Amino acid sequence: MDGLTVDLVQDAPIPLTARIRAAPGEVLGLVGPSGSGKTTILRAIAGLYRPREGRVGVDGEVWFDSSTAYCLPPHERRCGLVFQSYALFPHMTAVGNIVAGLAHLPPGRRRERAAELLALVHLTGLEDRYPVNLSGGQQQRVAVARALAREPRVLLLDEPFSAVDRETRERLYRELAAMRRRLSMPVVLVTHDLNEALMLADKLSLLRHGRTLQHGEPAQVLAHPDSVEAARLLGHRNVFTARVLEQQPARGFTIIEWQGHRLEAAANGRYRPGDAVAWMVPASKVVLHRRDRPSRGTTENPLSGTISEHLLLGDTTVSALRVDEGEQPALSFRVPIHVAERNGLGVGERASVSLLAAAIHLMPPGDPSP
Amino acid sequence: MRAPCFENTASIYPASRAEGHIEAMDWTALWLSLRLAVFTVVLLLPVGILAGRRLAYGEFAAKGLVEALVALPLVLPPTVLGFYLLGLFGADSPLGSAWQAFTGTSLVFSFEGLLLASVIVNLPFAILPMQRGFEAIPREVREAGACCGMTPWQVLRRIEMPLAWPGVLTASVLSFAHTLGEFGVVLMVGGNIPGETETISIAIYDRVQAFDNAAAARMSALLLVVSVVTIALTFAFSRRLGRRFN
Repeated sequence: MDGLTVDLVQDAPIPLTARIRAAPGEVLGLVGPSGSGKTTILRAIAGLYRPREGRVGVDGEVWFDSSTAYCLPPHERRCGLVFQSYALFPHMTAVGNIVAGLAHLPPGRRRERAAELLALVHLTGLEDRYPVNLSGGQQQRVAVARALAREPRVLLLDEPFSAVDRETRERLYRELAAMRRRLSMPVVLVTHDLNEALMLADKLSLLRHGRTLQHGEPAQVLAHPDSVEAARLLGHRNVFTARVLEQQPARGFTIIEWQGHRLEAAANGRYRPGDAVAWMVPASKVVLHRRDRPSRGTTENPLSGTISEHLLLGDTTVSALRVDEGEQPALSFRVPIHVAERNGLGVGERASVSLLAAAIHLMPPGDPSP
Repeated sequence: MRAPCFENTASIYPASRAEGHIEAMDWTALWLSLRLAVFTVVLLLPVGILAGRRLAYGEFAAKGLVEALVALPLVLPPTVLGFYLLGLFGADSPLGSAWQAFTGTSLVFSFEGLLLASVIVNLPFAILPMQRGFEAIPREVREAGACCGMTPWQVLRRIEMPLAWPGVLTASVLSFAHTLGEFGVVLMVGGNIPGETETISIAIYDRVQAFDNAAAARMSALLLVVSVVTIALTFAFSRRLGRRFN
């Protein structure tokens, strides 16, 4: 099979149950909280960590196979790794760092190729600077160029944006997004920042305690988490438990009962009337009713309550609505500041919202508490 | 056992004892000290690099014990260390008898024995600075070398050695200077055989014992100059090295 295939299983010292697939040219976002084993998986791909059991293969070539006790040493794996700390060679200039990865070229060609790579990462003119004289963003670019120097068959990025300031980070995002169109190998991007993965990745692999929770298209994973655990990890706050009332496949709905309210959810044939389920709705799919002019949407899963929390978050506000007669955690929703002002949102104020039925996603019941 | 080999070695090098005592400057002793110091450093470099590196990167059960053993010569009185080495090198010991069988000469009271003792005494001076030098290299920087396609040997040569160089230099200088000045162990293991085991430190002691303060002063001044020049060169060199990429 083309691309990267990784299957790792071990109980100790770091528990792992990871399954990763990345096609050539595809960016896979490996997302999870710190300590979820992301970096360990990356190190196992690069050959810097030897797991107990598993297999790592690239383009049909085996790099590691515990069943045959085969483990290709890291210097024989054509694998580009950008470390979180960049790990540039401090005694070599920018161009020297890149030339260090060009041993496969004849000596006469190396300098020229290094210049091309520096141009690719927009560092022309800084060839002879030592890493200590480069900014964080420039160091990151040298690290990327050095990782690409070897013409790797897989490119691994370990939290490559965590050590730079926000402005630099946004510029680097754009650069990576532009560069990735030219890259033909699978790219694995490790990050704890979901938004980073949503922005840059074609596929998302959710990881927790060394276990792959879910794998798929970022938008798909975000909207349809497989479990309460995955939903929590994706940052969804509106995760609750309910009971299935009836299936209405013709209308495309599954009807659930939540705290005495009858809610229409996106059809899910897996559950039967009477089943306990967990459900979630993204905060962005909770629509605030206008006070002055109720609109057509107010008939779609309408809920009323009192605002128990109201926070300013950049140019939006995040509010928590304690639904009338509700005992469960409050419903979270976000609106732009001007909408919040116009509707007089504030702690203790009354508000009504609609939950968009198509965005209500049902999951097996789990522990819904955060 | 000792007497015959003493005679034996003395008969091989019969020349310099008498001459040395009347010369103002004991060039034989100085030359012997310099040779001993250079050989000690040359032998200790690979030992220090391998052991220092292993101690810096490795995590093994007996690491604490090994570190303590390496540091032992720092705190052990030189005469005590010399006494044990004398036993270790003696013709009755496995090492001493093996050496005797192999070379036909005794290990105690010989230059080779002195060199071996010097290497052992200087282990902490060589290993500890190198260990610190290698410890200062982040693991990821070494790993980046492997990810660039370098073999472990190339990583050592192109990444680790240039970065651990200040530690290696410090280790060499410390071992060199310490060998020039070592007294107790040299006296115990080497005896005091001109041309074979009489080092400059012992020669100075000899002159003072013989009330020849002028000769002792000249030799001491020479050692002082050698030490100052060595330290000055080391400092200048490591500062230049440090400026380049720190």
